[in-house]
Amino acid sequence: MTQDVVIKAQNLDLTFQTNDGPVHALKDINLDINKGDFVSFIGPSGCGKTTFLRTIAALENPTAGSITVNGMTAEEARKSRAYGYVFQAAGLYPWRTISGNIKLPLEIMGFDKAEQQQRVERVLELVELTGFGNKFPWQLSGGMQQRASIARALAFDADILLMDEPFGALDEIVRDHLNEQLLKLWARTNKTIGFVTHSIPEAVYLSTKIVVMSPRPGRIADVIESTLPRERPLDIRDTPEFLEIAHRVREGLRAGHAYD
Amino acid sequence: MRNILPILAVVFAMIIAWYAGAFMMNKKWTYDQANRAGVELTLSEVFADTMAQPRPVLPAPHQVAVNFWETTVEKKITSRRSLVFHGWITLKATLTGFILGTIIGTLLAVGIVYSRVMDMSILPWAIISQTVPIVAIAPMIVVLSNSVGIEGHLVPKTIISAYLSFFPVLVSMIKGLRSPDRMQLDLLRTWGAGKSQTFWKLRLPGSMPFFFAAVKIAIAASLVGAIVGELPMSGSGGLGARMLVGSQYGEPLLIWSALAAAALLAAVLIFIVGTIQTITLKRMGMAQ
Repeated sequence: MTQDVVIKAQNLDLTFQTNDGPVHALKDINLDINKGDFVSFIGPSGCGKTTFLRTIAALENPTAGSITVNGMTAEEARKSRAYGYVFQAAGLYPWRTISGNIKLPLEIMGFDKAEQQQRVERVLELVELTGFGNKFPWQLSGGMQQRASIARALAFDADILLMDEPFGALDEIVRDHLNEQLLKLWARTNKTIGFVTHSIPEAVYLSTKIVVMSPRPGRIADVIESTLPRERPLDIRDTPEFLEIAHRVREGLRAGHAYD
Repeated sequence: MRNILPILAVVFAMIIAWYAGAFMMNKKWTYDQANRAGVELTLSEVFADTMAQPRPVLPAPHQVAVNFWETTVEKKITSRRSLVFHGWITLKATLTGFILGTIIGTLLAVGIVYSRVMDMSILPWAIISQTVPIVAIAPMIVVLSNSVGIEGHLVPKTIISAYLSFFPVLVSMIKGLRSPDRMQLDLLRTWGAGKSQTFWKLRLPGSMPFFFAAVKIAIAASLVGAIVGELPMSGSGGLGARMLVGSQYGEPLLIWSALAAAALLAAVLIFIVGTIQTITLKRMGMAQ
């Protein structure tokens, strides 16, 4: 199978210098992410999953090893708008409408007005928020705000979507719904998605590849290729296949975690 | 209406306390006069007298009101006895000082937020500047600006006014410009935004609530600065000069009605700033 590798990490190491001494956040990370993959990073807090995602986005610099995105360095990839980033909080500007928020990256990147408007309409439709463009963020529910922030990350057509616990602050019901929507969106846009989570069902339900990480120092404990079909109704979560993968993830987490 | 009732209740209580105070403080003079004349006064006569003395220790509210009326509505506004005339002089100095102070405060805040050197060098001096009593500095500024050949009184008053008003703006704007959190800054970084884009699209709009909170304090401080600036130069006119004249000539009514005019001016200015704040924040979608 020869697929295009879009994100490649080789012997990646990252140590933070803090006041309490150095913290070894990432140790010897080797990982290939292929085009169109949905990769989840799962692990207890402190395992470096967020740090790894930030390293892909060139928000952190590795102390050793290399990371390439679309064959470029992470920094170059950022400048060529290779990815959209979604944080745990929606981070919408309260003084801008939903449209205004989605236009923000477009303004910064210098799209013309007509194109901006056209793109806003398109991504609002993608996240099922058509008609909400003129609302202010506080007029929307938490789930809708997070969808708007996903729309913002999609607006400039990056091939890669990096999501750092995007639904972590939402309740289970909303979360299920957004997970379903995210899969549909992934199927429609054929993007490569990197997704940080600490929910096992969420990771198994969404991913084609699950990266199990363990803390102190942050490293990869297991990489699980999902055998589930790409088409996934919510009740796939009750099938034996799903439960088997979930079990393997749990095993991986247990093995890597000392419970100290 | 629901908002006005508690305010009226407080005003009412203050007026009662004021009348009581006027009676207590003025009655000594009444009794002295009666003693000298050798007459015995009933309590109601004493009370009536304390309310109508020409030079009371504490004028009764209605005396101030009458004087205020006479010196605003019944005088031509070009007259040097008109409070409108003096109020306008003070207002000019207040507004120029306020605008200057706000601009200086904002610019310094931008410098401090963006430059570590300025953060460490300017901020301590800005704080120290506010520990110096303004009444001590005001006469020096007046004298100095005179000796470097600046004609008129507007410039020194503007400087004093700006000196007082830049500080709240500076402190608030530093806080406001630093209010965007790490995540919002990271987001801008992922989009490759430069420093100026970060400033215009995130830091500046994000600082607006802080700005308006500061500007309300600054406008009041500017008025105080202008009045203090007028105290050492009674010839120049203005509400401060009016107060000085009142105290030099033993005319408490004059002081009190100038005081009332200053309070009224402050209220109007703060109301205007508040209205601009409401409109701006509503337009920005920040007033929920």
